[in-house]
Amino acid sequence: MKSSSDDVLHEMTETLESLAKKGVSRRDFMKFCTGMAALLALPASFIPKIAEAVTGGKKPILVWLEYQDCAGDTEALLRVTKPTVGQLILDILSVDYHETIMAPSGFQAEKSLRDVVENHKGNYLVVVEGSIPMKDDGVYCCIGGRSAVDLAREVCGNALATIAVGTCATYGGIPAASPNPTGAVGVKEAVPNATVINLPGCPANAENISATIVHYLTFGKLPSTDKLGRPYFAYGKRIHDNCERRGHFDAGQFARQWGDEGHRQGWCLYEMGCKGPETFHNCPTIKYNEGTSWPVQAGHGCIGCSEPSFWDTMSPFYKRLPKVPGFGVESTADKVGAGLAAATAAGILAHGIGRAIKPRKEEGGE
Amino acid sequence: MEEQRTRKYVWEFPVRLTHWINALSILALSFTGLYIGMPFIHATSPDQYIMGWMRLVHFIAAYTFMMSIIIRSYWSLMGNRYASFKIFFPFSIRKLGDMLEELKFYLLISRKPPSITGHTALGGLTMLIVWVIFIFEIISGFALYSVTHSGAVWTILGGWLVGIMYLPTIRLYHHLLMYVILAFTLVHIYIVWYSTSSEKNGLMASILSGYKFVTGKEQDI
Ligand code: SF4
Repeated sequence: MKSSSDDVLHEMTETLESLAKKGVSRRDFMKFCTGMAALLALPASFIPKIAEAVTGGKKPILVWLEYQDCAGDTEALLRVTKPTVGQLILDILSVDYHETIMAPSGFQAEKSLRDVVENHKGNYLVVVEGSIPMKDDGVYCCIGGRSAVDLAREVCGNALATIAVGTCATYGGIPAASPNPTGAVGVKEAVPNATVINLPGCPANAENISATIVHYLTFGKLPSTDKLGRPYFAYGKRIHDNCERRGHFDAGQFARQWGDEGHRQGWCLYEMGCKGPETFHNCPTIKYNEGTSWPVQAGHGCIGCSEPSFWDTMSPFYKRLPKVPGFGVESTADKVGAGLAAATAAGILAHGIGRAIKPRKEEGGE
Repeated sequence: MEEQRTRKYVWEFPVRLTHWINALSILALSFTGLYIGMPFIHATSPDQYIMGWMRLVHFIAAYTFMMSIIIRSYWSLMGNRYASFKIFFPFSIRKLGDMLEELKFYLLISRKPPSITGHTALGGLTMLIVWVIFIFEIISGFALYSVTHSGAVWTILGGWLVGIMYLPTIRLYHHLLMYVILAFTLVHIYIVWYSTSSEKNGLMASILSGYKFVTGKEQDI
């Protein structure tokens, strides 16, 4: 009889062989494991553990649900140019249901989801993409005749854990922007009793999705989160504090117009409305599309897409501060402030003039 | 006929001191705060540190302002009757009546100036509103500060607000209320000048010396 370590070795070899067939070399694989360890801030000694965990025998079952979304997170995960993170993860997992990419449709598709919920109760992972409409019994998003909220309660409620990816699934995102016609909310709000980890972002970074799953595979539990349900490893730091343009911010060098000298010099985008100072995400360090770039590097300010208050408090994107409520579309805080100052000065002036022209009675005449 | 006026010690030293610390720190906070919100001076070389200095001055002035507010609150309890915050709550029937008279005076309807040694009823109410704004500015300021300074101190001073309001919203009101404080400052200076010139009570100079010139017929508080 083989020992269990032989088992692991055997499975590892098998996985590596199957990956090799898809063009992922052993070297690519180790690079992936090293990258994941670095992203999770683990010491190098964890790299073999990660390698072992992700190639180990148990293939966790995962279902991927889409509600009010643009499938951008799916795109982000799948559209990688060379077989890396996304495909590795999809090879490691058993993805039993994914509306965008699965082969079955109609009744068969519904059946595969039902099978997972019935046969693997409490043992499968769910990824949710898109917000859940709550208004009017959730009629604004239905799949196979059932509302999103009804489905989410059943599927997420019976899952081991739910990974909400993207800002829509985490905090409502764009569908929840004022006036929020469908009453859109994130998963945690729609299904409060589910175990949910939030990976906001528009789209969520594929590397962070992978790292969350790798963390689960390696340690058997989800990474620790802040009070907004976001893992610290990805959302513990503010963009502004890790931004490559921060030196220009402190110096006082700002791009003041698109394409001006400062913009061409790569100066800070603060005056162009960058929301880096109010956004927590690891974009400056991990970047997007396999570390190619991220918005600020590309010359556009952060729009705060991964914050719970996106879209309403992060717009207008090219202004420092949100609109002043109750003061119409074009009102900025400084316009309101200037108006207030002018009104005060006018009031004082009017009072002074009023007093000057009003004949004063003799002192003591009252 | 001019009434005979005598010197009376009204504003004690801690009241005058905190008044001027407030004035100077509000000036510094507004200037640097405006810069932080809308940088109007631009560096000509990367070895400058304009935003860095502005933020440093803003934070130092913020601590100074907070300390001044604490000292003044303490003196409300320890000082003389004119230092007390009781006048911030002029909601008795008598005080509300005074307030109405005072409004008539400032709206140029009546010519009877409010006759009181310390704060007037309307002045007291204004101070209540201004102090609520002061305290909101301190809390929201520390809320924004707590984003990069994790520690129990800053969580207590303002960090807790981040769980209730979104960061951009906190920033918006922190900024907007600055304008309200500046508007108050203008009105405050004007009214002091107006009162000083129409009553010859020495109010303007009293915030330096502590002494007002009173007829003796004023309401005391
Ligand atoms: S570009 Fe944005 S995130 Fe970067 S330093 Fe400037 S304000 Fe901060």
